Amino acid sequence: MIRLTDVHKSFGSNDVLRGVDLHVPKGQSMVVIGGSGTGKSVLIKSVLGLVTPDSGMIEVDGVDVTRQPRDAFLARFGMLFQGGALFDSLPVWQNVAFRLMRGALKRPKSEAREIAIEKLRRVGLGPDVADRLPAELSGGMQKRVSLARAIAASPEIIFFDEPTTGLDPIMSGVINDLIREIVVEMGATAITITHDMTSVRAISDRVAMLHRGKIRWEGPIADLDHSNDPYVDQFIHGRATGPIETLR
Amino acid sequence: MKNPIAALGRAVLGALAFVGRLALFAGETISHLVRPPFYPRELATALIQIGFYSLPVVGLTALFTGGALALQIYAGGARFSAEAVVPQIVAIGMVRELGPVLVGLMIAARVTSSVAAEIATMRVTEQIDALVTLSTNPMKYLTLPRVLAATLVMPVLVGIGDTIGILGGYLVATETLGFNASTYIKNTADFLEFMDIFSSLIKGGVFGFIAALMGCYYGMNSGRGAQGVGSATKTSVVAAAILILAANFLLTQAFFSA
Repeated sequence: MIRLTDVHKSFGSNDVLRGVDLHVPKGQSMVVIGGSGTGKSVLIKSVLGLVTPDSGMIEVDGVDVTRQPRDAFLARFGMLFQGGALFDSLPVWQNVAFRLMRGALKRPKSEAREIAIEKLRRVGLGPDVADRLPAELSGGMQKRVSLARAIAASPEIIFFDEPTTGLDPIMSGVINDLIREIVVEMGATAITITHDMTSVRAISDRVAMLHRGKIRWEGPIADLDHSNDPYVDQFIHGRATGPIETLR
Repeated sequence: MKNPIAALGRAVLGALAFVGRLALFAGETISHLVRPPFYPRELATALIQIGFYSLPVVGLTALFTGGALALQIYAGGARFSAEAVVPQIVAIGMVRELGPVLVGLMIAARVTSSVAAEIATMRVTEQIDALVTLSTNPMKYLTLPRVLAATLVMPVLVGIGDTIGILGGYLVATETLGFNASTYIKNTADFLEFMDIFSSLIKGGVFGFIAALMGCYYGMNSGRGAQGVGSATKTSVVAAAILILAANFLLTQAFFSA
């Protein structure tokens, strides 16, 4: 479904992606792990065209993403951003229904609101939240609203960028469960970026580890604990000593 | 000797690159005028934010400037017994220069800064990226409505500023300098020509375009974090103010030289 082949991306002298090869099969939930600053977010932003790779090929359903009609291509995606990225000036329901009120997927306002409220309910938020502004919500509620926005147009592919960052363990568990349920329920293909190992185990079908701009290891979640890769072992056990350099 | 020349070269190249980027940004913004989809609700919001909510600051600035201008002309004119020219000079000074320039600078302070800060914050918090993933072009949704609204509403604000400025001069002249009210109004109306008013409104449109464009440009190209937002806001206001003053000189030359 999604295939990256030898993708490179640098920012000035900082080589972030140094030849990434990754394949995410249709309907699978791939979690990409790796340390901070290893280019995980750049990876998914490259697929969406938010970042333009310097070289390499990114294909969705076998077609180069740069050759697909932009609006139709993006309409297949939903994305949960790390900080939520909710639009401050719009009430919650308009954030969720944003895509349904504009462009090719435009619906009547009342219908868009109904769908937004249904999606909010799906992520555990009541209709009383619909008319509030994002700033009036807690961090966990904002994440849920962002999740509702990501699934509002029932996308085929969903990206989750650090979905549990900044949340307490219980709320993280709630978000992880929601993501897993929604991905299974919708039959969507998902890529999740995280370094939260609880999320990895809750969300993934497959796991890839990004290190020094390349996929260091990739395999099913069941194989993660016996990958026989010292980098993966150090990362998943959170050891300060090992092949991954740490600043102390 | 080599280093100063290299530094000069880098500065010139940097300036040219900036002009090129700004021209492309302006060109892309204008091109969206004829390419759907359009966002009339965003345009209406921008018209209210930029136009209606700027009225108090524009009105107060013009009122005090017109009053001060009347006092200065009266005092200056008294040196060669020309106190009677107060209505004419206030009118021409406000309409041709002070009205459009002061309104332009006030809009640069109020609108450019808020537009730059708002869009830069959206950039930093990934709201611009979110717009893209929701199949919405940020140039269409954020930039065009603000630039178009400022360009359309600024001539109206300048017209109001000119009128209130003249009113400020009238109040000072009639209340404290002993001018006859009806003579003052007649002298003002007789002296102003079509080109004075036309040039004033054209200047307003151009200054509005510059003010909103600079806010959007620096907002869209903001650096990271609070420092990035602060820097974008500050730089956008300075750049807008300088470009407004430069454009004022060029427009004045175009309208009134020869």
